[in-house]
Order: sequence, then C-alpha cells, then structure tokens
Amino acid sequence: MSLRIVVCVKYVPDATGDRHFAEDLTVDRDDVDGLLSELDEYAVEQALQIKEAADDAEITVLTVGPEDANDALRKALSMGADKAVHVEDDDLHGTDALGTSLVLAKAIEKTGYDLVVCGMASTDGTMGVLPALLAERLNVPQVTLLSEVSVADGKVTGRRDGDTASEQLEAALPAVVSVTDQSGEARYPSFKGIMAAKKKPVESLDLDDLDIDADEVGLDGAWTKVEDATERPARTAGTIVKDEGEGGKQLAEFLAGQKFI
Amino acid sequence: MAEVLVYVDHVDGAVRKPTLELLTLARRIGEPVAVHLGPNAEEAAKVLAEHGAVKVLAADVPEFAEYLVAPKVDALQAAYDAVSPAAVLLPSSAEGKEIGARLAVRIGSGIITDAVDLEAGDEGPVATQSVFAASYTTKSRVSKGTPVITVKPNSAAPEAAPAAGTVEPLAVTVADSSKGTKIVSRTPRESTGRPELTEAAIVVSGGRGVNGAENFPVIEALADSLGAAVGASRAAVDAGWYPHTNQVGQTGKSVSPQLYIAAGISGAIQHRAGMQTSKTIVAINKDAEAPIFDLVDYGVVGDLFDVVPALTEEVKTRKG
Ligand SMILES: Cc1cc2nc3c(=O)[nH]c(=O)nc-3n(C[C@H](O)[C@H](O)[C@H](O)COP(=O)(O)OP(=O)(O)OC[C@H]3O[C@@H](n4cnc5c(N)ncnc54)[C@H](O)[C@@H]3O)c2cc1C
Ligand SMILES: Nc1ncnc2c1ncn2[C@@H]1O[C@H](COP(=O)(O)O)[C@@H](O)[C@H]1O
Repeated sequence: MSLRIVVCVKYVPDATGDRHFAEDLTVDRDDVDGLLSELDEYAVEQALQIKEAADDAEITVLTVGPEDANDALRKALSMGADKAVHVEDDDLHGTDALGTSLVLAKAIEKTGYDLVVCGMASTDGTMGVLPALLAERLNVPQVTLLSEVSVADGKVTGRRDGDTASEQLEAALPAVVSVTDQSGEARYPSFKGIMAAKKKPVESLDLDDLDIDADEVGLDGAWTKVEDATERPARTAGTIVKDEGEGGKQLAEFLAGQKFI
Repeated sequence: MAEVLVYVDHVDGAVRKPTLELLTLARRIGEPVAVHLGPNAEEAAKVLAEHGAVKVLAADVPEFAEYLVAPKVDALQAAYDAVSPAAVLLPSSAEGKEIGARLAVRIGSGIITDAVDLEAGDEGPVATQSVFAASYTTKSRVSKGTPVITVKPNSAAPEAAPAAGTVEPLAVTVADSSKGTKIVSRTPRESTGRPELTEAAIVVSGGRGVNGAENFPVIEALADSLGAAVGASRAAVDAGWYPHTNQVGQTGKSVSPQLYIAAGISGAIQHRAGMQTSKTIVAINKDAEAPIFDLVDYGVVGDLFDVVPALTEEVKTRKG
C-alpha cells in the first residue's frame, strides 16, 4: 500500500524584507514579498527522500493561508511533491496557533495520511509548536525536531539533538514529525520540475469543507490576543573605532567602564 | 491568592536558572506551585522554596525517560486538574514549548511562547514578546482558557522569596496513547565547564571570520577570561568548526545576555534574531560596512586575530 505523506508548509513574509504589523495587529502581508518558509523546504526535502527510499509513496503539500500562499505550494510541487491542498477562507484571517492546528488537523484527516512532515518552526511566528499541537489533535506519536529521519517497515526513526542529550527516537506510523535545518540542504527545483508543477493538482478547501465553524478560528476566535505592537527603537548609534594597534585595549577600556571587567 | 503552576527544568534535581526566573515572574501573578517531574524532588524543593514555591508537586515514573514529551503532558495535566491554577508557566526550551502546546489543546487554552516579560493585567497576565527578529515588541494575553505561557531565559532576575516549598506527591497515570514515541537511546552531551549558552551573562561568538575550527580557541580564550559562554554563527557551524548546540540565531539558540561579543560575524537577520535583545552588544569585524555595526554599543573595525587576543590579555591583566 502506498505511503501517504502530508507536508505542512507555510507561506511567510520574507525575513530579509521590512516586516510590519497591520492595523488589526496581524502580520502585514501586503507590503512584503511572501515565499515558502525556508525552514519548510527542509520538510519537503526529507519527504522527497523518504519517498525515494519507499516502494510506493505519494506526497501532498498542505497550506493554510491566503490566496498568495499558492506560491508556496507551487514551489513545493516544483521540488517534486505530487499534489497540493490549499485551505483558504476569508474567515481564517488572524487565526492563531491553536486555530491553525485545528484547521490543519482536519485537512490532514480529510486528505488521509500515514506520515505528516513539518518544518521546525515558521520563520515569521517562530513558535515551533504546530507539530506538537498536530500530534495532540490527531492523537498520533510526535517525533519532532529531527536532524535525521527515515521510514521503514511502518516505523519512523530519527535523531533529536536536544540541549542536554542526543536522542534516538522511534514510533509506529501514523505519526507527526518535524525536521530541523540540520537534516540536509533542500534541493532546488529543476526546470523540468517547474514545468511539471504547473500541471499538478491543487485542491482548494474552505471551512465548510472541513466542518469548522467560523467562530472557532480567525481573529475573533483566536485563543490569544495581541494588544499592542511597537516598533523597537533603533539602537542608539554606538562608538566605532578602527583598530590601529590599540583596538583590543580600547575595547577593554569600554568593557571596564560598563563594569564587565 | 490564585496559584500559578511553574514547570521545573532540572538535570537530576539540579534546578536550572530559567526556572528560578519563572518563579520570580509567577509571583507577580499569584502563588507559585512548582511541578517537578523526575528524580530528586526533595533536593530541588530546597532551591524552589527559596525562590517562592509554596508547594512542589512531584512525580517520578519511568515513562518520563522512556517516551518523548507526552508522558510529561499527562503529568502536568494531572497537576493542572489538582490545582486549577490561574496560569501555567514553562521555560521556552524546545521541550517546554511542546509540553505547553499539548497541554493547551487538552485544557482548551491559548498559548503564548517566548515571552521576555510578564505582568499581571486586568484580564489576566500580559506577556511581552520580541518578534520579527526583535524589530517589534508586542504585548499579548491569552483570551481563552487558562493562560499557558513559555518564557525565555534571562527574562527576569531570580529573586529570593522564601516560602514553604512542601513536597507533595503527584499521582500520574501515563496513557497508552502517550507511549507512542520511544526514546531508544540517549547520549548525554559532554559538559564544557563553561556556562550554559542561554543562561550566560556574557556570550562571545565567532563566525565565518574565525576561519577554521583550529582558530576557535581564540574565541574560547576570550570567553574564559570573561567567564562567558561560547556561541557561533550558522556559517561557522555549517562549516563544521563548532557544534550546532552553540549556534546563535533563528535556528539555533536565542540569547539575551548582559554582554554579547560578536567576532567575525556579519550580522545577518537570522543571526540578529537570536541576539538582538542582548543588553550590550560589541562587535569586532574587519569590514566597516558589516550590518552588525548597526547594532553595537561598541565596535572595533579590525582583524579579530589582532583584536581578540589583545583584548583577552588586557582582560586577564585587569582581572589580575
Ligand atoms: C532559514 C535560515 C535560518 C538561519 N539561521 C541562522 C542562525 O540561527 N544563526 C546564524 O548565525 N545564521 C543563520 N542563518 C544564516 C545567515 O543568513 C548567515 O548566512 C550567517 O549568519 C552568516 O554567518 P557569518 O556572519 O559568520 O558569516 P558571513 O556573513 O560570511 O560574515 C563573516 C564576517 O566576518 C568578517 N571577517 C572575516 N575575516 C575576519 C577577520 N580576520 N577579522 C574580523 N572580521 C573578519 C567579514 O567581514 C564578515 O563580515 C540562517 C539562514 C536561513 C536562510
Ligand atoms: N499556516 C500553515 N500552513 C501549513 N503549515 C503550517 C502553517 N503554520 C505552521 N505550519 C507548519 O508547522 C511548522 C511549525 O510552525 P510554527 O509552530 O508556527 O512555528 C511549520 O514549519 C510548518 O511545517
């Protein structure tokens, strides 16, 4: 039987751009170019490698996001994923992590899955909680923050490099995994891949399709509320000296003045 | 007064500093009740009591070490059911965030991660966060359920506030569904003897400019003269010059020390994301145009192989 892999990918504002908040204190997506979160490219890459090692597998990429999030799906399809699911609904604007996990979980169940692959964190929200939330909601094992992952004989195994130890993990499928940027560079889409992606199916779903009430999601349904967002004042210009033999001494002088030595 | 659950981060009963910071923040909201999972609760309780824990709920079952994360969620949920707290605070470690997230789903609550400050508010605790690579500061609160909040290290100075700290056993039944992810083996990290990166008061980091693993001792020598932790940019880590556990930035550790010294680091946005909230920032870089200089309190344009050893010598002399 075919191994059904669902990769969760997020469309995010470019981190190297000038990111801002909109008036309703949600992330302003209009002024900054969006793209497939770089950390989710690692998830797509690992899914592709798992597929290559399997007899028979199919990769669906899934996103919850605005119309433009289609770009993120196209990128993942051009890397080699087979098909895509886009959950899009005006009522989703302002949904927080708990709400997003609800929508993703329903979409994953509807799609059918043996393995869910996520990135380690989104590059805009950087919470890194979605994979754990999904495992809880789907009631399947959580095998997260892996720097190495493989699937064989109905089991997923991987290495999690934590703060105090490196752990070897194992779980039976179905399961939710997340992979770090240590898992291996993501491939670039080939020209052939880009052309092929144009013909791959993208299914569009809204809240009705997933049996979710509008008041469970969106800004009003969110479990958390941003009350204030202030741009951090630019750091006041510091002292900059050129080293002409005395740089180390001058720096020591500064550190002593600040009571660090 | 309302009780606040504080999840204890410890190594075999040795309580880590971020937990003491959590206790300090918890006292702004209510009475801290610590939850200690794993061995040596009695030993931990002494330190927890000194910092304000009125009670220490303790559980130690083998499943905590045998399976990933989920058994600890079962235990924290048991503590939640026993106490009905006003809030649940956890350290913003990878595990702390995952435990908090799963608890939030179970108790139908919102979660805020990576808070850098916490105050009591009319409608519940208000968390300060630093977002978009620290270019914005936000204030948020949980609007549904009992607030679950994870807090970054170095967000508050631990304060002594002696309390009873009575240890009470917490009964935990680990559900079968929480035994899904087996920890097959565990290789503890070797200690370097230096302070923990996220907890250190001073961090000295090296980047691509260090130009080889064989040169990192230059960075380490400065760090040791200052009693600092050693960090590295992703470029240095990807080149294999320094371990990934020392990486500072978006996909490494996020640090907020009193003093951050960057040597041979350009200051890319993903690096800044992990260090921009440091109190004082110093950089040594031979390129006067490097973006890191936009952040510094003091910068030296020069070759790190001249400046860093000279600084190290000067620090040693001054410290006697
Ligand atoms: C999704 C994603 C996540 C990322 N996460 C992280 C992260 O967590 N942490 C991180 O650091 N990066 C991260 N990066 C990478 C980041 O974009 C930069 O590539 C990286 O920070 C560059 O490291 P660097 O400053 O050491 O190297 P460079 O940018 O190459 O800078 C080296 C600097 O050293 C200076 N130099 C060279 N020789 C000397 C000398 N002898 N003396 C003094 N100065 C010298 C040069 O002038 C230069 O400014 C991430 C990137 C992406 C896309
Ligand atoms: N809106 C979304 N659509 C699809 N996947 C998402 C979305 N948000 C987060 N994810 C996935 O969850 C991971 C962790 O995200 P986060 O918890 O938001 O940092 C990401 O790397 C993605 O794999």
